Amino acid sequence: MTRLRANQLVIDIPGRSSGQPLDFMVEPGQIWGVLGPNGAGKTTLLHTLAGLRSPRSGSVGLGERSLAEWKRRQVSQQLGLVFQDRQDGFPATVLETALIGRHPWLSPWQMETGEDERKAREALQALDVGHLQDRLVNTLSGGERQRVAIATILTQSPKTWLLDEPTNHLDLHHQVAVLGLLKAQAKRGCSVFMCLHDLNLAARWCDHILLLFPDGGACWGASEQMLVPSALERLYGQKLLTVDIDGAPVFVPATTTGTQSS
Amino acid sequence: MHGYSRALAVLGLISLACMLLSVSVGSASLSLADTFSVLTGTGTSLQQTLVLDLRLPRTLSAFATGGLLAVAGALMQVLLRNPLADPYVLGLSGGAAVGALLAMMTGVASAVVSGSAFVGALLSTFLVFGLAHGTGSWTPSRLLLTGVVVAAFWGALIALILAMSPARQLPGMLYWLMGDISPAANPFPALILLIFVCLLVFPLGRSLNVLARGPMQAAALGVSVRPLEWTVYILASLLTAMAVTIAGSIGFVGLIVPHMLRLVLGNDQRLILPACAMAGGALLVLADTLARVVIAPEQLPVGVITALLGVPTFLYLLHRSR
Repeated sequence: MTRLRANQLVIDIPGRSSGQPLDFMVEPGQIWGVLGPNGAGKTTLLHTLAGLRSPRSGSVGLGERSLAEWKRRQVSQQLGLVFQDRQDGFPATVLETALIGRHPWLSPWQMETGEDERKAREALQALDVGHLQDRLVNTLSGGERQRVAIATILTQSPKTWLLDEPTNHLDLHHQVAVLGLLKAQAKRGCSVFMCLHDLNLAARWCDHILLLFPDGGACWGASEQMLVPSALERLYGQKLLTVDIDGAPVFVPATTTGTQSS
Repeated sequence: MHGYSRALAVLGLISLACMLLSVSVGSASLSLADTFSVLTGTGTSLQQTLVLDLRLPRTLSAFATGGLLAVAGALMQVLLRNPLADPYVLGLSGGAAVGALLAMMTGVASAVVSGSAFVGALLSTFLVFGLAHGTGSWTPSRLLLTGVVVAAFWGALIALILAMSPARQLPGMLYWLMGDISPAANPFPALILLIFVCLLVFPLGRSLNVLARGPMQAAALGVSVRPLEWTVYILASLLTAMAVTIAGSIGFVGLIVPHMLRLVLGNDQRLILPACAMAGGALLVLADTLARVVIAPEQLPVGVITALLGVPTFLYLLHRSR
């Protein structure tokens, strides 16, 4: 199993003088949620873990080796990333978009086979966008595009899934469907590491939480230890009300702003 | 894939038909039967000279030039993820023109003119891409703007050279500027380069497809983005320089052809690049034939024909895009 690991990692955020080194290991079967306010560095962290940006210090490990020692193509067989925003310079169909997930698995001289196409179709079905396969991606709604992007990583079928706000643009039902799909992947031995904005989705679906503070501070651990109102209020600078439903906390922002003066 | 080979076969047939037309039509027209008999080795010696020595090299040159320009345009469009990129728009032809005119002004042999144009085109490519790259990456708006400004600079230099040149050299210079396929050029280096690039498409094509989705997405899917971008950039420069060397500055083939083909065939580079080579070639062969017959026995520069077609297409594209 190729575990993803942050070794004394400091991400490179322009204008931030320092940051607390991150040191954690994402084990197979785990679902990690990264929480933090805008500009805390969630996206930068994901890109650094995927090897798309250099860290300021420390390193990212994949399996026994550091990420930098792997070939780019080998990395992309192990590790997939769903971006927060996507460019579409040229028109492409939904099926073509999902099919690029097979790129890491094909040699330069190979064409996609019927088998690759079958995988892409199945992934689109799993994300409930199979009926759109011949549509151009730039004609889809935001939520449909998001599901196509997740279908692409499902086609790629990496061991480690990095996702930047996977529930963005999704309606309630599809939020739950996508997180259910991630949970199923984790059950199959994959590891999932995602940025989220919704505390309650994080509380419901993640077993590990990483809190990123805007000043560069961070803490991480099991969900139940991290998702405590005092820490979350400090994280967002927002007073929260907490209610218990079915023994799990549900967080609701209070109508007043500012943290508790404790 | 089946659909791909059929599309390429159709384009291949169209290209052949255009070339046949081009070698048959001219100041002295031959019937198709005559042309066939010449190509199969019979026919009168006058017909042989006309077709094999005069028209065929020119037709092959036109085909190679059009193919090179269209493929160069398609590659630059993938590199910049912008369907408006094209060697002419990016100011590369201007550099070639300055090189060629400088050589012509000193009255040297035509081989030196070609070499000088080649150097000018490469120089301009490095200038535009280098300046636009800066410390960041090739953002489309920055590159187009750099290209336009550099092109304006070349334009000023061209005007300066024209003003300073002796009158007897002006007609040749003007012809070169408007794009003209010189009958003397050897078409084979360009054809070989064209075939080589079309073969490169097999190992590079899928990576280019992924690169068209953006550099970050491409890197996340295992593409070594930087080396690939440099490969594409150097190839596109080389193709442009070669095309400009044969035929002067011919605009808009690199813009119209890839765009039209994408509308019909989609955007799989493994299909689009060889299709561009053939369709671009066929288009320029047709344009060159038109240029030879419209006001026969006089000839129009072929660049005039492609620009007359290209400018409205370019404006239409700009109008359609956001």
